[in-house]
Amino acid sequence: MDFFDQLFTNPGITRALPEEFAATMQMIGISGFFTLLVGLPLGVFLSASAPDGLRPMPLTNKVISGVVVNITRSIPFAILMVSLIPLARLLTGTSIGPVAASVSLSIGAIPFFARLVETSLRDVSSGKIDAALVMGSTRMQVVTKVLLREALPGLIAAFTTTLVTLVGYSAMAGIIGGGGLGRLAYNYGLQRFDTTVMVVVIIIIVLIVQAIQLAGDWAARRVDHRSAATAGSGKRLRRKAAVQVVGS
Amino acid sequence: MITVSDLRKTYQQGSRTITALDGVSLTVPRGSIHGIIGHSGAGKSTLVRCLTLLDRPTSGSVTIDGRELTAVKDSEIRTARRRIGMVFQHANLMDSRTAAQNVAHPLELVKTPKADISSTVARLLDLVGLAGFADAYPSQLSGGQKQRVGIARALASDPDVLLCDEPTSALDPTTTDDILDLIHNLTDTLGLTVLIITHEMNVVKRICDSVSLLEDGRVVEHGRLQDVAAQLDGKLSRALLPLPAHRPGRMPALELLLAGDVASGPVLSDLGRRFDLSINVLAGSVENLADSRFGRLRIEVSELAPVEEMLQYLQSQGVAAKVA
Repeated sequence: MDFFDQLFTNPGITRALPEEFAATMQMIGISGFFTLLVGLPLGVFLSASAPDGLRPMPLTNKVISGVVVNITRSIPFAILMVSLIPLARLLTGTSIGPVAASVSLSIGAIPFFARLVETSLRDVSSGKIDAALVMGSTRMQVVTKVLLREALPGLIAAFTTTLVTLVGYSAMAGIIGGGGLGRLAYNYGLQRFDTTVMVVVIIIIVLIVQAIQLAGDWAARRVDHRSAATAGSGKRLRRKAAVQVVGS
Repeated sequence: MITVSDLRKTYQQGSRTITALDGVSLTVPRGSIHGIIGHSGAGKSTLVRCLTLLDRPTSGSVTIDGRELTAVKDSEIRTARRRIGMVFQHANLMDSRTAAQNVAHPLELVKTPKADISSTVARLLDLVGLAGFADAYPSQLSGGQKQRVGIARALASDPDVLLCDEPTSALDPTTTDDILDLIHNLTDTLGLTVLIITHEMNVVKRICDSVSLLEDGRVVEHGRLQDVAAQLDGKLSRALLPLPAHRPGRMPALELLLAGDVASGPVLSDLGRRFDLSINVLAGSVENLADSRFGRLRIEVSELAPVEEMLQYLQSQGVAAKVA
């Protein structure tokens, strides 16, 4: 049987693939959601509590930044995942399946995303923050109306990067009980030498990554008004040429 | 009216204590424009940060229209700040907001009704000459236009005081003049009290009623423009009426400062005729400041000239003079 016949007859593709694809999407969806929910405020806190931040808290900042974020980030994800199985069981009642895997995926991705958020927020010029403070903003208003809005293109890019990382993590999670495309590739491709399934899974993962990246780039461009070239792209301001060359 | 009295600010840098402001006092009457001029490192930025309470001064007070800003509690700082509109060197507009949204920003903070916001914003954009640019993003505006938006935004909270921190230092000369004229007109129409911090003498010459010279955290000279300009040996006067570079002659030289009506009179001809001398002008600078005429001249006379008598004569004519 050649490759293309197999696409329609191989049970690994016809039966298992849709199910595992859904499991992968579920993992990315759930962990992406929680990463945003926890990682964004954590990133804001890291940037605001820095010594030169909006509300300096040097000691707390050092503890959270140094201990929690850096330690979590320095543990290899595969090991982190295994060590978090008890926590996953506690929270979800099971240690296998995409929902359980989402626990460790989230915990692995939150510090990563929080660091990216912190970096994006740090890029907002201090002059803008001063301007907002002088006009009578509360610190919270500075965060919501200045920091998050001005850094939005960077934040979207950071979240895109995080989601792409989650795709990779989720494939790893699949092998140790999470299910999804990672397990499919491992079971069929590695253990049964079924190259077709392996190739198809790789193509699908590449397509997911491409889709996330394209969507992220598009969204970041839409909200980016920092340069004149992109300033109008959100609204599609159409302008006529100021001078029209006669006869052209 | 702004009153700053004995403002001090010290920073701790490692084991060293740095005194950025060393007892700054100044008074700006309501409706006038006061310039604070100084080189970088003189303490201008620190002064701005203390006036807006972005930094708390170590001691001293800032009072605006009888209310002491430096006495308010941390929780009331935000209300106090709204009495000051601030214009920054680089405008510091939000890139994610259109011109209109930038001007609306201070109004949103205090939950102004939407209809009021849009009418105020339209009025302010019109006032600064940007009526047609409401929907433009800062990146689509020129430097001067951005600064106009910045000025409109500073006026949105209806402040008593406009504090301008190097408002034209990033602009070209023509745009600088436009922005200064705008600030001048706004002062007249809105009855604002304006404090301009700058390192450009041109700004002071063009719009300031009074001026302070800041050096090493201290006000070393201050006064109305026409008063400081009339000081023969004043640092501000020398900066306002600079003598161009010139080669000193071999003959005795005199330096003259002419202020007011005398600056329009035939001082040199009279002097020459009276002492029967020919006078050679080495360098000179003549300006119109605060609606009167000022001139600083360096002249060369013959070795045989009766210098002492000439100085006395000049003084009797109301011209400050000395041997250069």
